[in-house]
Amino acid sequence: MTRYFTQEHEWIDVDGDVATVGITDFAQGQLGDIVFVEVPEAGRAVTKGGDAAVVESVKAASDVYAPVDGTVTEGNPALADDPALVNSDPEGEGWFFRMTLADAGQLDGLMDAAAYQAFVAEQ
Amino acid sequence: MRYLPLSQTDRQAMLATIGAGSIDDLFADVPESARLDGPVAGLPMHASELAVERHLKSLASRNLVAGEAPFFLGAGAYRHHVPASVDHLIQRGEFLTAYTPYQPEIAQGTLQMLFEFQSQVARLYGCDVANASMYDGSTACWEAIVMARRITKRGKALLSSGLHPHYRSVCDTMARFTGDVLEGADPALEAKTDWADLAARVDKDTSCVMVQYPDILGRIDDMAALVAAAHAVGALVIAVVTEPVALGAITSPGEMGADIVVGEGQSIGVGLQFGGPYLGLFACKEKFVRQMPGRLCGQTVDANGKRGFVLTLSTREQHIRREKATSNICTNSGLCALAFNIHMSLLGEAGLRRLAGANHALACDAADRLAKVPGVKLINDSFFNEFTIELPVEARPVVRALADRGVLGGVSLGRLYPGVTELENGLVVAVTETVTAQDIEALASALEEILA
Repeated sequence: MTRYFTQEHEWIDVDGDVATVGITDFAQGQLGDIVFVEVPEAGRAVTKGGDAAVVESVKAASDVYAPVDGTVTEGNPALADDPALVNSDPEGEGWFFRMTLADAGQLDGLMDAAAYQAFVAEQ
Repeated sequence: MRYLPLSQTDRQAMLATIGAGSIDDLFADVPESARLDGPVAGLPMHASELAVERHLKSLASRNLVAGEAPFFLGAGAYRHHVPASVDHLIQRGEFLTAYTPYQPEIAQGTLQMLFEFQSQVARLYGCDVANASMYDGSTACWEAIVMARRITKRGKALLSSGLHPHYRSVCDTMARFTGDVLEGADPALEAKTDWADLAARVDKDTSCVMVQYPDILGRIDDMAALVAAAHAVGALVIAVVTEPVALGAITSPGEMGADIVVGEGQSIGVGLQFGGPYLGLFACKEKFVRQMPGRLCGQTVDANGKRGFVLTLSTREQHIRREKATSNICTNSGLCALAFNIHMSLLGEAGLRRLAGANHALACDAADRLAKVPGVKLINDSFFNEFTIELPVEARPVVRALADRGVLGGVSLGRLYPGVTELENGLVVAVTETVTAQDIEALASALEEILA
């Protein structure tokens, strides 16, 4: 399994044809206490850089973008009752949605963990 | 300081800058039929203040004023007694503030008032949560339809034929720009509502079913079966209440399972005021609160544990969410909400129930008396303070003839549904606590005279 990162602070774990998407630990730290997450429903087609989910903290509401093209297979149902999972375990239990990939080649444009760390350090 | 309007040169320069030929060009979007075709007759271009006052007074004296005649007009705006204390209290300096709180937490009094207002609306409607108000009933109605679309992700709304035609018209105007499909119809002059028919028509493409309660003809029905049918296919039920005083006597829509309840708050604390400003009320189930439009005030505690009030869930709103906000409404009808809040506080629950009881008792007296007028038929088998009668002739000229006899006798369905011949004999009669037994007799005997 390989993890990639976007400049919009999403992470994507790719396992064969299926990927899991969430927001990074850095992103949750910037947002503060998360109070609400709207995840996409299964079957929704998403495009790279397009809106996929909404995350709302005590400070702001932000869109979460799809890192690549594909179709949503599942939204994380746990976030409806416990949005704070995104704060406590952003890159684990606090995942947002799972999706299939339309074009695995798009992953090449994303950052790996080291590149993302360097990117965040510049922020 | 004198007020000096723009000179002709200033106007020409501005028109040239924006590329308009004349000031009339700026009104091109207003339909020709709605524009004045010349100066108002009898109104001179220049006159002294005293002369203007005299002239306007003489014009105004040609009106038959609501408070000076037996008054039976309703159909969405109701004449109720507003205690003098309401008017006095809303003018107190402590309540003077910006019309909408942009730096809200410094105005704790305003927020406390809004919080109380929301609590009153939520209890009245039988809902979990209400917002800090909307512009008026019709716009609240439209906001509820688009809220249902956001929740269900479906674009078709079924509107009951009992929905106020002006509310339907506002929704139709808005839907022209959003692509929402609204299926509405004119009512039939009969005792039963179309709710059973709506329950049969609701399907998996329907976002919501909207019903008015009591409806435009004053009819009251049980919402439970419709709610069950709508929920079975994943659609929402929106109830519209144009006469909130009714809820002092009849079961609230929220208690019957309505998902969103909206309406007009004018009846409580706000006078008729020639049609506005009025007060939109908006409430829903708690699970839908993030899709609700408008400002929302919450109660909390400060750093020292003391009670305080804040605007909450603001991330739904335009100033934070920008173009992705739930609605473009960023304001509330603050002054009208304050009047509602104060009137409701003065009434209390017991007072509201007594007021509703008095309205209904007088309406029953009026319905009984009018049904005895030869040729007049009572349509309703249920009503609160408003009902519909069918005359043996077209109602609109009868209303005119009643006014000539000094009685404001009701709203003709011909006025509400121009050109619909099946409805032209219908007359909607509202009877509030401001009506006396003498007023009812005046209406009935004038009607007997006219129909004889």
